[in-house]
Amino acid sequence: MSASGFALRLAALTRKETRQMLRDRSNLVVGLLLPITLILLFGYGLSFDVRNARVTLVLDDPSPTARTMVEGLEGSPYLAPAWAPSMVEAEAMMRAGRTDAILRVPADFSARLAAGDARLQLILNGVDSNTAASIEAYVQGALAIPAQKEADRAGGKPPATGSAATGSVTLVQRIWFNEAAESTWFLVPGLVVLVMTLIGAFLTSMLIAREWERGTLESLFVTPVRPMEVVLAKLVPYFVVGAIDLVFCLLAARFLFEVPVRGSLAVIVAASFLYLIVSLSLGLLISAVTRNQFAASQLALLTSFLPAVMLSGFVFDLRNVPGPIQAISQLLPATHFMGLIKTLFMAGDNWPEIWRACAILTLYAVVLLALTGRLMRKRLD
Amino acid sequence: MSGAPVTVAVRHVTKTFDGPHGGKVAAVDDISLTVRAGELTALVGPDGAGKTTLLRMAAGLLRPQSGSLEVLGIDVAADPQAVQDRISYMPQRFGLYDDLSVQENLDLYADLHGVPQADRQKRFARLLGMTDLARFTARPAGKLSGGMKQKLGLACTLVRSPDLLLLDEPSVGVDPLSRRDLWAIVQQLVDDEGLSVIVSTAYMDEAERCAQVFILNRGRLLAEGTPRALADRARGLTFTATPTGGMPARDLQARLIDAPDLIIDAVPKGGDVSLIRRPGAGDARLAALLRDAPLTPRPEDLEDAFMMLLRQQEDGQSAPAAAPAAAPAAAPAANRPPAERPAPATQPGAGGPVIVVRDLVRKFGDFTAVASTSFDVAQGEIFGLLGPNGAGKTTTFRMLCGLLPATSGHLEVAGLNLRTARAEARGRIGYVAQKFALYGDLTVKENLTFFGGAYGLRGRSLRARIAATLDEFSLDPAARSGLLPAGYKQRLAMATGLLHQPDILFLDEPTSGIDPLARRAFWRTITALAQGGVTIVVTTHFMEEAEYCDRIAIQDAGEMLALGTPGDIRAEARAADMNSAFIAIVEQGRARREAGAA
Repeated sequence: MSASGFALRLAALTRKETRQMLRDRSNLVVGLLLPITLILLFGYGLSFDVRNARVTLVLDDPSPTARTMVEGLEGSPYLAPAWAPSMVEAEAMMRAGRTDAILRVPADFSARLAAGDARLQLILNGVDSNTAASIEAYVQGALAIPAQKEADRAGGKPPATGSAATGSVTLVQRIWFNEAAESTWFLVPGLVVLVMTLIGAFLTSMLIAREWERGTLESLFVTPVRPMEVVLAKLVPYFVVGAIDLVFCLLAARFLFEVPVRGSLAVIVAASFLYLIVSLSLGLLISAVTRNQFAASQLALLTSFLPAVMLSGFVFDLRNVPGPIQAISQLLPATHFMGLIKTLFMAGDNWPEIWRACAILTLYAVVLLALTGRLMRKRLD
Repeated sequence: MSGAPVTVAVRHVTKTFDGPHGGKVAAVDDISLTVRAGELTALVGPDGAGKTTLLRMAAGLLRPQSGSLEVLGIDVAADPQAVQDRISYMPQRFGLYDDLSVQENLDLYADLHGVPQADRQKRFARLLGMTDLARFTARPAGKLSGGMKQKLGLACTLVRSPDLLLLDEPSVGVDPLSRRDLWAIVQQLVDDEGLSVIVSTAYMDEAERCAQVFILNRGRLLAEGTPRALADRARGLTFTATPTGGMPARDLQARLIDAPDLIIDAVPKGGDVSLIRRPGAGDARLAALLRDAPLTPRPEDLEDAFMMLLRQQEDGQSAPAAAPAAAPAAAPAANRPPAERPAPATQPGAGGPVIVVRDLVRKFGDFTAVASTSFDVAQGEIFGLLGPNGAGKTTTFRMLCGLLPATSGHLEVAGLNLRTARAEARGRIGYVAQKFALYGDLTVKENLTFFGGAYGLRGRSLRARIAATLDEFSLDPAARSGLLPAGYKQRLAMATGLLHQPDILFLDEPTSGIDPLARRAFWRTITALAQGGVTIVVTTHFMEEAEYCDRIAIQDAGEMLALGTPGDIRAEARAADMNSAFIAIVEQGRARREAGAA
């Protein structure tokens, strides 16, 4: 068949897919409403930042020095200090879950400070270890400034806080790329990955399976149509939906969550499109294999969306997971795109990384599409 | 005609599938046949004969295990696409896109077949005219009636004139009027364009229109020839027996079909019984069986030859080989009528009406599905509800079963008012849905146990009923329900509906998609039940089956057009057979309605 036959059939099939997509309202709900919900849910609902952590102050040493020391906590936006008359009350509050931490200034604080060996006690509620670690860092940070002043004034050693004695060496911390260590900054770029995965794999996984279930393929097969034309025609309309969702994600990132976009927009869009094609192809492959809508959607969820959440480095740092799981995560296209998109948003155009990730994604797209085309043989047995 | 070019050449083709018991089942078993170009060719055979498999192989959708298949001179297995570029194929369930409109479906197929724009308008106008779909071009295909869908499917396969047209049972579940329209379209294209067509069908009147007929059963080719030549095989064996003394034709038919050693086939027809006698049946024994019913010879037709061939093959095979689930959906129940119940009354009507319907109306919004319908059904009567697709049969049916409340009117079933005592009434009725509504993953016994429990049967009485039912319907308790052949599924569905010994049995198109032998067996069971005092209400698209009914009602567009015995209805329409009587009555009704509207 001639090239014009190919173009004519592809156009006809694409028109058909587009009409079907637009007329089936559930497609639009999943395709447009669900991504918006995800953006809002993950953007606002999922945050590892601690704000207004309740720190109970127990001042056993009534000296002004001790008071100045802990007053620094009040200036922190992350902490909400409150006073407790004695350790007994403070412990009761901790047990009742009404406080996240207790900072105790012992009775001999001033005396020991003068001797250059002052200690403060920080007791953390470790039920949520992430929060506990954050509070510890904030408290240390808040104490560092008055401690430094105190040390300067005394010309001696600053007091050690908690058990992590800093001695006379002051650690000056600086976080790069995500200066405020805001978790939305690293979660929102990841959202692009989740949304592209959802649109791609989940929506398209139903498409070929639905045609098998409704018996429409049997009629379609006995025409001059080629299997690859059926596959490509299904990619087009959902690619457009994915592109719209990408715009949502980028707008939300820039204006709603004020995440910096340091890499070039063109590269971000191009890389996202590439990943979208990978994801769409994966969905179609699942669909062609299962020939059953229910199985296809479950398989899509299990092999694309859940791994994209759990194993791609969206939330958890992949270097901290066991070796075998790390190996599996490297097999996921989502992992490579996750790394790339985070770099692009926060660090800027890192060309070696861009080329590496894009090459991997292109390979995935080609392999998945070719596999789908092969599996879509025009055969019923 | 023998010099005509060959369009399909099948040589020793075999195709097997995985059987339900792990082994292989040959759907097509070493078949060789040649189809000539430019004419209508029919593949006829019961359910599971291999018709669909053969057509799918010709369309390049299945690959034969062995043998070769040449279509239009091309080896299909080697180059299926080359064949698919030139033929058109309409599967049993044509894959219309429900959410696309009639026009969009047509456009899609025209684009895929590369029909030039210039030719399209003329072609579409003609197809839409022939299918009478011109008024509905903007309607989504999913909102068309069954008959209209089938016509649109045919139109989609005919967007261009193919070199070969394959039609797989195009008229299953389609009413007589739509069926007639479908055939008119095919016939016209054969006449005008010299189209080569292969059609598979379960209707003998359709096969009779074809130039060449191949009769298949269980994957084998039983016979081939022109309809006339095939019919000749039954010459001298076909008779009409006329019941005497006011005996219903179906009682005589039941007696005859229960004597398979003398009678090959018997069906009620026009108040008489059409029968085929066995070649070796002695006159004396036959006379004894007929008692006083006079026998007159009648001309043989294709159906006689078909029934003869099927019975011969079943006789040859029924004894040892077949595994229970792969067995034909045929003989046992036909040969051995269900245990007859202690009958309160065997004469229909004697027990008084058990269903009373007065001014029944059902509306869906502005649409009146059933308009002011009244009728009675007597105890032990077989009452047939006939009508084209979308006539309101199913709606009437559902109201009678208490599945759908009536908008207005009076409805009494088994002496209980359906408005006030619906649950109680339901306990007295059995319902067999059109589609197989049992659990396919459960065994026959598990299904019976479950539904028996749902009807409130427990413990010993449940076990006793299940044992009796399994025996009555010759069912294998351990067989997986979903894997049973269509005829057996139907039997299981009916067995389930009868577990709680209802007074009334409702059957919604019970014989759609079932082969002739299984249908005989099915009706034998029905007539035996009626003799036992059970009242039967049944819908069907096979008009000849109306002959089994005591009375029938014909509905169209929600209105009752005719009500009476099959004889009354034929007389009213001045038609010789039920099919033409039905078409005449429905067309008159439509003409009246249009005149009234104008």
